[in-house]
Amino acid sequence: MDNNWEPKILAFLCNWCSYAGADLAGTSRVQYPPNIRVVRVPCSGRINPLFILKALQSGIDGVLVSGCHPGDCHYLSGNYVARRKSAALKRFLEYLGIEEGRVQFSWVSAAEGLKFSQVVQEVTEDVKKLGPPKRLVKRK
Amino acid sequence: MQQKIRDIAKALLLKKELDLIIGFGEGSLPLRATPIFVRTPEEADQLVWNSFCENNLATYLSKFSQLRVGLVVKGCDGRSVTALHLEKRFRNHPVFRIGVACQRMVDRRKVRKAVKGEILAAYEQGDRILVRGKDFEVSLNRGDFLYPSCRVCTRRTPSPVDVLIGDRVEEIPLIETHPEVAAFETMSPEERWRFFERETSRCIRCYACREACPMCYCRECFVDNSHPKWIEKGLAPSDLQFYHIVRAFHQAGRCSGCGACERACPMEIRLTYLTQRLNRDVKELFGFEAGIVPDAPPPLSTFDTEDKQEFIK
Repeated sequence: MDNNWEPKILAFLCNWCSYAGADLAGTSRVQYPPNIRVVRVPCSGRINPLFILKALQSGIDGVLVSGCHPGDCHYLSGNYVARRKSAALKRFLEYLGIEEGRVQFSWVSAAEGLKFSQVVQEVTEDVKKLGPPKRLVKRK
Repeated sequence: MQQKIRDIAKALLLKKELDLIIGFGEGSLPLRATPIFVRTPEEADQLVWNSFCENNLATYLSKFSQLRVGLVVKGCDGRSVTALHLEKRFRNHPVFRIGVACQRMVDRRKVRKAVKGEILAAYEQGDRILVRGKDFEVSLNRGDFLYPSCRVCTRRTPSPVDVLIGDRVEEIPLIETHPEVAAFETMSPEERWRFFERETSRCIRCYACREACPMCYCRECFVDNSHPKWIEKGLAPSDLQFYHIVRAFHQAGRCSGCGACERACPMEIRLTYLTQRLNRDVKELFGFEAGIVPDAPPPLSTFDTEDKQEFIK
């Protein structure tokens, strides 16, 4: 593997907490790796497992899903439903042999700019260790 | 058993309580039973019950939502009906369930592989299966040829039912864990992916697994969507893997573990090691089994504030 390889990480951030958290990280001038590409979604409950799989298939190196802390959802229960979906999906992907750490989940509130930068750092490091994905990727 | 099914079907149709009864009829090939649609009392005599009634008849319900349908159900079919009911699939008429305690079904492919030459006739005699071909006749032990999903089954007696034919059976599995799930789990992630890759590479995208599954009733399946287009047409390995991951995942918390998907596959792709594991995950994570409790909400459409979340940063 090329030492200079930098992973591309797709981050699905919920509009009300994690996206605002990322925004806060930016306005507070907190540094975090530039590896993430953000997709803003209305709620973590909006994230269809198909989004994650499609991202992996398209050659994304890692996926981060982030929403509001339990109890803080703007739509009251979206993140609880997301939590169930994510739990089942994560287990299933690992069962199939997709590396643990390729798809990660976090709760980041609008006030947690610092936590957001830490999460992105951790995810980037994890994915860097895994290297470029070989499974499920569509070769052109 | 067979005669009782016929009698009950006949009586129900004579009284005009039902418009249609879906059950099993004699297949045109040995070792096969075929779904039949009985509309008149006379036709009820075509109904059969044997160890080859492997289809999940709940699949056909969505096509007859305007009729009062009676359905011959095994344990797994009954669970699918309950699961479908939970998803509010029967707005017009509830399904009349003619329950039959299942004796576990026989894997016809395994029988076919066990003998040399073409099988021309097959009969059941107690716990033996008599198989006859052009120049051979063998008697096989029925117990050695059961489907893996049937061997692990602990819900052979359908419940709830409107009529139960035959006695309740003892609900003990022949083996504790699905042999393929157990074997799969001992592999390393690389090996597991390679196995999955190898299995799915045979897929011809005929969607027989989808059609055979009672829970795959979407008007437009994600594979047919053109906007957004989730996967390409064609047989690129990645698309095949994508299809199989999502097809299985869509069954999470809904699958009764009947194994109809795998039985329908013309390429003999292993599929139940995916759904059986998902069933176990759902049970472990959310304490839910599909089609058991008639009014428990589907696990992925509800939540508990105390759900596990140690995997979330």
